[in-house]
Amino acid sequence: MSSFSVTEPSKRSKWFAGTLVILYALITMVPLAWIMLTGFKSPADAISYPPKVLFEPTLEGYVNLFTTRTRQTDEFLAANPPQTWYDRIVREYDMVIAGPSKFGERFLNSVIIGFGSTFLSIFLGTLAAYAFSRFKIPLADDLLFFILSTRMMPPIAVAIPIFLMYRQLGLSDTHLGMILLYTGVNISLAVWLLKGFIDEIPLEYEEAALIDGYTRFQAFYKVVLPQAATGIASTAIFCLIFAWNEYAFAVLLTSGTAQTAPPFIPTIIGVGGLDWPAVAAGATIFLLPVMIFTILLRKHLLRGITFGAVRK
Amino acid sequence: MKHLKLASASAISIAAASFANTAQAEDLTLCWAAWDPANALVELSKEFESQSGHSMSFEFIPWPNFADRMLNELNSGGKLCDLLIGDSQWIGGGAENGHYVKLNDFFDAEGISMSDFADATVYAYSTWPKGTPNYYALPAMGDANGWFYRKDWFGREDIQAAYKEATGQELREPQSQKEMLQIAQFFQGREIDGQTVYGAAIFTERGSEGITMGVTSALYPWGFKYENTPGSYDMDGAVNSPEAVEALEFYKEFYETATPPGYTNSYMGESLDAFKSGQVAMAMNWFAFFPGLYADPNTGGDKIDFFVNPPQNNAGSTLGGQGISVVAYSDKQDAALEYIKWFANPDVQAKWWELGGYSAHNSVLNDPGFKDSAPFAGDFLEAMGSVQDFWQEPAYAELLLAMQKRLHDYIVADQGTAQEALDKLVEDWTEVFEDEGKL
Amino acid sequence: MTDSPATRAAQATPVGVARKIKGLSDRAIAWIFVGPTIFLLLAINIFPLIWTINLSFTDFRANRLNREVEYIGLRNYERILTDSDIWLNMQATAHFLFWTIFFQVLIGFALAYLINKKFKGNDLWTTIIVLPMMLSPAVVGNFWKFLYQPQIGLFNYVVSFITGKDPSSFEMLGSVQLAPWSIVIVDTWMWTPFVMLICLAGLRSIPDYIYEAAEVDRASKLRQFFTITIPMVLPFLMLAVLFRGIENFKMFDLVVQLTGGGPGSTTELTSINLKREAFEKWRTGYASAYAIILFVTVFGLASIYVKALNKVKER
Repeated sequence: MSSFSVTEPSKRSKWFAGTLVILYALITMVPLAWIMLTGFKSPADAISYPPKVLFEPTLEGYVNLFTTRTRQTDEFLAANPPQTWYDRIVREYDMVIAGPSKFGERFLNSVIIGFGSTFLSIFLGTLAAYAFSRFKIPLADDLLFFILSTRMMPPIAVAIPIFLMYRQLGLSDTHLGMILLYTGVNISLAVWLLKGFIDEIPLEYEEAALIDGYTRFQAFYKVVLPQAATGIASTAIFCLIFAWNEYAFAVLLTSGTAQTAPPFIPTIIGVGGLDWPAVAAGATIFLLPVMIFTILLRKHLLRGITFGAVRK
Repeated sequence: MKHLKLASASAISIAAASFANTAQAEDLTLCWAAWDPANALVELSKEFESQSGHSMSFEFIPWPNFADRMLNELNSGGKLCDLLIGDSQWIGGGAENGHYVKLNDFFDAEGISMSDFADATVYAYSTWPKGTPNYYALPAMGDANGWFYRKDWFGREDIQAAYKEATGQELREPQSQKEMLQIAQFFQGREIDGQTVYGAAIFTERGSEGITMGVTSALYPWGFKYENTPGSYDMDGAVNSPEAVEALEFYKEFYETATPPGYTNSYMGESLDAFKSGQVAMAMNWFAFFPGLYADPNTGGDKIDFFVNPPQNNAGSTLGGQGISVVAYSDKQDAALEYIKWFANPDVQAKWWELGGYSAHNSVLNDPGFKDSAPFAGDFLEAMGSVQDFWQEPAYAELLLAMQKRLHDYIVADQGTAQEALDKLVEDWTEVFEDEGKL
Repeated sequence: MTDSPATRAAQATPVGVARKIKGLSDRAIAWIFVGPTIFLLLAINIFPLIWTINLSFTDFRANRLNREVEYIGLRNYERILTDSDIWLNMQATAHFLFWTIFFQVLIGFALAYLINKKFKGNDLWTTIIVLPMMLSPAVVGNFWKFLYQPQIGLFNYVVSFITGKDPSSFEMLGSVQLAPWSIVIVDTWMWTPFVMLICLAGLRSIPDYIYEAAEVDRASKLRQFFTITIPMVLPFLMLAVLFRGIENFKMFDLVVQLTGGGPGSTTELTSINLKREAFEKWRTGYASAYAIILFVTVFGLASIYVKALNKVKER
């Protein structure tokens, strides 16, 4: 295509568009950058006016995030000089580290529940998607539409019967309960997306395999699965991000044992009120993986967030 | 290395203790709110761990989420908590819905007598139905809503002179609600040491119980009653009485004319922040925080003093505080009861007060040295003499949410009049009690 | 759907081949593959929905197990639909829905239009712009609360820097006038990229030759924009609006963290109100009826909307 093409924007309009978009991108990044910066501030710097862009970085927020601290008497402090760099940070406030905080546990819960439900969604979802794609299933379309429509329910509305059900079954505040719940919610997306991916795999491959004497099952995992790998991976990341970010179910159905990070992070408190640097540190650690996944996922983003309604 | 040594030392003591104790060593989880006294309880409980051989875990939840999370936990039959230091208003629901273990037999068997604890606390934290000898908790932490102020500012001659000029009165610890407002208005927007300061930090929080606890601190001194006749649930004319309307208007005026900007949703944490950052001359908060405030390196010590919620038509303070209960869903009830037995011990109670917890045990409170043991100890006794609590009904959450909404709509969102707000509240509450079958 | 892969697969598998397959028949495999998913969906989605419908006719309270449950017919529905406070919640939700969608469509489309100019590096910047929508609304919302703090918050500082207003003179989250806008701002920040992505897909679906033909006809750029670009992108835009509408109707986490429904009940969206009824007041029966009303509302509105969308697509 020559540069005289009527559809190719002029240099000037490209430059203009580029400037505006970059400006928007920069503005939109400010809150995220501010979270990350605040994580490295001291509590005093975090709440200073005017807001500080330049400050002396400290790991205090991260130390506070991962530890619980107690105030000690002067005699005790004098008798026990600080041993490590994190001891010294805490010591500036006449405190000593009493033990680890709950953040590690809650983060681990997020990992267990996130990966557990993703694995299950993908495992079950791939099987179902294959069946929906390749076999005649009575009422398949209605069934799929209904599966999708359950995601229109506000999570709070779903949580009412789930709460009662889990209480009966003893699944309240358990990892298994949360994994099953997130799988139940995610599987509609997973089946729908995976069906789209599998539909795109030409039937000829399987047909050839079947004629070669493969069983259906062999054809499925030796021919279809490898072809669908990219689709499966991107669907998995979508499921993972949903489970990772989910708040409403987590706050209503977990209290301690299986509580994930999103309901926990906003409750990190220091001495009187929220400990903003620690909250920011927790948020940073929590948000970074998703940012990385988003960048990995950018090609399939549209398909995932629109339930496959828009494919690029 | 130090940690290691400590750990092994405690391991030895635990081992030694478990020889003496035939019962199985359990890991008990105690749930409470995340605040200063909770840290003191961790410290105190170390003694229990070494004596009993059980180990203690703690789940402390920030106040704004505390009721929500814990009531959800109880209603889901959860096993997270073996012991729960639950808010006084939960006792009705805890008892009637079978969340809490009834402690009467245990008290009798172990010789724990409720008459050893202050009457007001037993009534409020332990009994259901109210005032009957049916105990579902042991008073763990006495508390009431009180006030503290910048003693250093009140003591300055220039400020005293300015106050005298402005009002014609002496600047002193307020003796009435209205005097307190006048002082707060005097400080509002004043320059002190080059910084603009404000009158007082008060509770306005919407999400949990904040604004209700703040407003009742005005309602009670105006003589507020929940019912015309106690136990009748007959609220029209009591809840929306002219005195109640006046008190509510007073609180709104206080909010509008004597609090720092932006305190539209503030509770304990915000009140502490406002005071510690030197923004306000006075602040309301629970006695539980007073030891920490007194110890604060910047605004504590001789810069702070405390006073009881001032009277208006009569004395009255909003009750806080909690009893400790054994959760009925716990698998470790025996060990949990052991903890309560240990906690009820007068020596432990004395140490509890020493570490910053408000013991409700008579041996502590009636000790001749108690009043002088802390600058707020005397105020605490005085406050506990005239406390009033919110509904403790099983339907307390509904009653509270209705009040939160009506108060916040009127005071912060500035909708309608005080009379309308209280009239609507009577309607809401009547509906709740009708649903309950009590009306 | 006659040409669906399923039909084709069925036709393509010769009867002879099918018989040769050892072990399970296709039908059996199909049910084994679909079975667990159906079971899970029944257990987590369908059964609870039926249970909720059943509960909505009772006065059940999940926190009062030893209380007798009574069927009270449509009483719950009647109470909800005649409660003026709930209509206020609905209004707050409508305000939130309308303005978030308005701004997101406006900014999202503009961004997509600009990105479609294919300037150098547009891929990288698109990815950056997309980041906010992938993050946890609860965690991000909580942090926005910090940005909105009067005096110390970055947002107030920036506004005061631009307008010269005193940063402590206004409270985004605390004032009745500003709070509804504060949640609109955050939601717009988060979800504009979503609309942008879909619009971008729409813009990219327009074949070049249409513009070329218009150029031959000497249609002005502005005319091309209104007669080609807009109509071609419209179905995509409507789809984006549908998704945002459904999502924001359910909105809970972000707003709970920001305002918790306050001040007063100014930003108490229906989901927040529902949570109060169901998990704070524990009026389970009542809340179930409320949930069903919300579900029917979204479902109904969405169905009507999808019909309209299909009409637009047909044109």
